[in-house]
Amino acid sequence: MPSISIKNVISHTHKNLNIEIRDKEFLVILGPNGSGKSTLLNVIAGLSEYQGTIKFNGNAIDHLPANKRDAGYMFQNLALFPHLDVASNVAYSLKMKKWPKQKINRRINELLRLVNISHLASRYPANLSGGEKQRAALARALAASQTLLLLDEPMSNLDEQTAKYLRIELRQIQKRLGITTLYVTHDFMEAINLGDRLAIILDGIVEQVDEPERILFFPSNEKVSNFIGSPNILDCESSKFIQKGLTEVNCSGLKLMVLNDGSDIRKITILPRHVYISDRKPRGRGINRFQAIISDIIYRDDRIRINLKMENSTLMAEISRPIYEEMDLSIGQKVYVILRLKKIRVLEKNRIFRMK
Amino acid sequence: MKTKKASIGLGFLPIVVFLSVWEVSVRLSVLPENFLLPPFSEVLMEFYHLSMNGVLGENFLSSLFRVLIGLSVGSVAGIIVGTGMGWSRIADKALSPIISLFYPIPTLGWIPLLMLWIGINEMLPITLIFICSFFPVLYNTTTGIKNVDEDYIKAARSLGASDGKILLTVVMPLALPNVFTGLRLEAGMAWRVIIAAEMVAIPSGIGALLMKAESLIRIDIILVCLIVLATMCLLFEKFFQCLENHMTRKWRPNAVHIH
Repeated sequence: MPSISIKNVISHTHKNLNIEIRDKEFLVILGPNGSGKSTLLNVIAGLSEYQGTIKFNGNAIDHLPANKRDAGYMFQNLALFPHLDVASNVAYSLKMKKWPKQKINRRINELLRLVNISHLASRYPANLSGGEKQRAALARALAASQTLLLLDEPMSNLDEQTAKYLRIELRQIQKRLGITTLYVTHDFMEAINLGDRLAIILDGIVEQVDEPERILFFPSNEKVSNFIGSPNILDCESSKFIQKGLTEVNCSGLKLMVLNDGSDIRKITILPRHVYISDRKPRGRGINRFQAIISDIIYRDDRIRINLKMENSTLMAEISRPIYEEMDLSIGQKVYVILRLKKIRVLEKNRIFRMK
Repeated sequence: MKTKKASIGLGFLPIVVFLSVWEVSVRLSVLPENFLLPPFSEVLMEFYHLSMNGVLGENFLSSLFRVLIGLSVGSVAGIIVGTGMGWSRIADKALSPIISLFYPIPTLGWIPLLMLWIGINEMLPITLIFICSFFPVLYNTTTGIKNVDEDYIKAARSLGASDGKILLTVVMPLALPNVFTGLRLEAGMAWRVIIAAEMVAIPSGIGALLMKAESLIRIDIILVCLIVLATMCLLFEKFFQCLENHMTRKWRPNAVHIH
């Protein structure tokens, strides 16, 4: 299995790129559109020109053309060959490697079973649903390489429900096969839920490569913090185990419930877009609801940021312009704040980060 | 199935009506006397007669042979050169100007020059059919190859395919619908051109039979020749349509199935 080292890579979108990718890790490449994420995959696959050095397991591969690099690449638009059925799409790379027919058939069966589409072997891409196409493309990429998987925004064309399901499966398959995986996305929530580590690329420069929690709680600079959505970070003084999976924490004067099994919690974080505000008292006795006063309103294009002042803490919420206009909010107004349990992430006291 | 049969029946109805009106109006002398038109039944009889005495068969086979040779060689050459031009930028740049210069010349415009160069022999109509099919097939093939989405080529490359394999296994199959458009158009056109060439310059074939019939004022024979020509144009076009459907129907998302 390869560890990949990318040193001083310069391409048409990268200024000077350096990343070390660990063996068997799931590294999510995160950045806004046009930041050079997909180009990075193309560079590794040998499909884009570049200067610099890329090493697989310590061996430079810069001299190798794309068809000799042994990387399984899943394109954003999938690029399944429309004139070949699913089995032939999956078999394509194996035929290029001149595998014997029987061995190819065995491998196709294995891979189609792995991605749960054995029944679609003789279907053509035009007759597949979005999710089925995704699975076929994944099987084809896995056939091409057992060591390195490059995935370019693979879930971007799927509805959220299918994407959610496929992400879980993808992660399971990746763990089971132990295949080094680079996953490109611009969706921060997708990135922190999937990756062993995240590499944040902004304007062709790698700003931070770290574990998701570290990026959330300790963004390396303002640019990273802004890009991930300027999360609210609260220091916690105490925590109390309530029941399995649920812990009460006291953070900056707020008593909150979080999803945790009673560990000592150091910090919690929630993104401004996950802080919901209501001008009326929410019905029922829900958890994580507070009263606050709007201390500031900041206009940022189509998103509005609202600073909320509570007894001993402040939070930032972010809402879309239409919702803002509908709610007719103003500075000094009293509102109710809801922090959704599932959206709060915690940093435990005994969490030790591996050194960068 | 019933609907399909019904639609075929409906398609034949206007033809039957047309032929009946033709037959009846001639028999009842509705048309002016100087309008030289035999009844359809006489044309049919002449068709039978010409088929039996071998005149029609002999001339038809001469034309068919010329069309088949010219069309095959022209199409194969068009596909080969077109593929080269679509795939290689250098070949495209080198050949494009000369192709653009020759493409607009109507095929029949070559007849005087070819008569002088080749003489009046079998090679003349075959060369004309070659020219008639070569350029459009080349043009459509080049367009088809160039239009293949770059992502498929990238995908094939990352899956371990060499340039040659990419061309053979991905680009050419995906360009097929375009190639067939060229072939289908030219298959019909080849018959129109061969008839014109035989009328002007060649002493055998359906076109030559047409000219002989004209000099003998045998309108029934002229009509037999025209019916044969129409049928062959249609059959050749349909043949390529069916072949295209057969080869690409399974995977084309919006394939048009022509029955």
